[in-house]
Amino acid sequence: MKKNSKFSSLYMGIIFFLMYLPVAVVIIFSFNESKLPVRFTGFSLKWYQELLGDSAMIEALGNSLILGVASCLVSAVIGTLGAVGLSRIHWKTKGAMEYISILPLMIPEIILGMVLMAFFYLLNIPFGMLTLLLGHTVFCVPYILMEVKARLAGMDPSLEEAARDLGAGSFRAFRDITLPLIMPAVVSGSLLAFAMSMDDVVISIFVNGPRISTLPVKVYTQLKTGVTPEINALCTLMLAFTIGVLAVYYLAGRLLKGKNRLFSIKKK
Amino acid sequence: MSRTKIKKHSSSVWMILPLYFFTLVFVAGPLIYMVALSFAQPGSGSAVEWNLTLENYKKILDPVYLQTFRESFQLALTSTVIICILGYPFGYFMAKMSESWKKKAMLLLMLPFWINSLIRLYGWIIILQNRGILNHVLKTLGIIDKPLKLLYSYPAIVVGMVYVLLPFMILSVYSSAEKLDWSLVEAARDLGAGKIKAFWTVSFKLTLPGLLSGVILTFIPSMGLFFIADILGGNKIVLVGSLIQEQMTRGSNWPFAAALAVVLMILTSLMIGLYRKITNVKELEGIG
Repeated sequence: MKKNSKFSSLYMGIIFFLMYLPVAVVIIFSFNESKLPVRFTGFSLKWYQELLGDSAMIEALGNSLILGVASCLVSAVIGTLGAVGLSRIHWKTKGAMEYISILPLMIPEIILGMVLMAFFYLLNIPFGMLTLLLGHTVFCVPYILMEVKARLAGMDPSLEEAARDLGAGSFRAFRDITLPLIMPAVVSGSLLAFAMSMDDVVISIFVNGPRISTLPVKVYTQLKTGVTPEINALCTLMLAFTIGVLAVYYLAGRLLKGKNRLFSIKKK
Repeated sequence: MSRTKIKKHSSSVWMILPLYFFTLVFVAGPLIYMVALSFAQPGSGSAVEWNLTLENYKKILDPVYLQTFRESFQLALTSTVIICILGYPFGYFMAKMSESWKKKAMLLLMLPFWINSLIRLYGWIIILQNRGILNHVLKTLGIIDKPLKLLYSYPAIVVGMVYVLLPFMILSVYSSAEKLDWSLVEAARDLGAGKIKAFWTVSFKLTLPGLLSGVILTFIPSMGLFFIADILGGNKIVLVGSLIQEQMTRGSNWPFAAALAVVLMILTSLMIGLYRKITNVKELEGIG
């Protein structure tokens, strides 16, 4: 009964083909000599050269990277401490707080972007890197919070209790026992948050202000006006970067898992 | 014992403070401000006058804006139906694959998630444009003489929406079909049900929560993904999302934008509530 027919394999093949077709097209035409992405006229790297000479684009890329790293670090601290803290306290507001902190993932991005813009204006925070950082942290925290929370649920609480019984303070017990154990979740949550920050268009458009642009926002405005194959080259590089980050993530995950396995063997 | 417990909890308070502070100020704060703003009056520029009024909500009832809601709704519905038709079989077939194939399919499915959605949409621009690949192929095959105007049209927006949101549907159907007990289907077959009847009465019913959560995961974003309509539709169709963005930037009517956002948010919560009522599940299938 649990068997697939030829039809289903064919069907899945077609869907996968359509899923990857646009990506393949973008990559192929990034090496095209002609400016028009209509026919492939010859192999060339000139669009990559032009991209590297485009200072506005490089600046936007720099902004995106700084922003991605910063918002990922800030939300890693808030999210990790918060998830551990939530597992320890028994306040009445706990459930509500958990719900509100995950809310940014459940409401349409456009609403989040719009309310943040209005709110920053109300608080008189000048639009720029700071507002971008705050805005990105809002939607990055839930990813880390959820990942760490799931990891904590599968953890043996007696390990930390033992440390506390042996006289470690709450900070010490957290640093020496809990943190190493939840590290894989912190890393995977942070990477997810980083990827989301690098990908975000909607919220950035609302909170970036007139002077600063992130890479996705820059790509978006270019797509709306005139498109040159420079965009293709950029897209290909971003794709290569994403695959690089994924590879690092995979390797880090394996390394950390290995470490944990060591830990648990020692424990036995 | 109980004293050490109390001490332990109170000494953990410092961990929770950043989250409480940040969430209250930058998540709850803006949302509350949005509701307040929706009752205010627009001043000159981005300024707001705090004379409480229902004017902004009345304005939504204006035929022009109701039309926007209707069109957004229609587009979201069209996309969601197509996504269901394409995504349900995919997720279902995927759950029936062998373990090693499942892993490969999962990787292939997740990879596009990590590629910037703008890049993927840009690929469609290249394919669909007047002198693009699709027209070229159709012409060489002799199916058409003149290039079709594919880009900047309603179907192009639907293609973009379906393309960006399909993986969400597939994942949620898959995660619910994964848990399906196939022996139930076999039992139905043994008891004389035909292939279709066995599927309809057993498999489909049991994977319905996955399908419904997929509907929510695709329907809600498709009301707000204004940049897809912008890039592929060339501003031909105004969605609620684009309207909010326009009111926030060029229109400078923030209270009206806030009212639109509140209505969109209420519609969203109603759908999630409805889903929970139907399926009795607290968390959406396929995420988290």
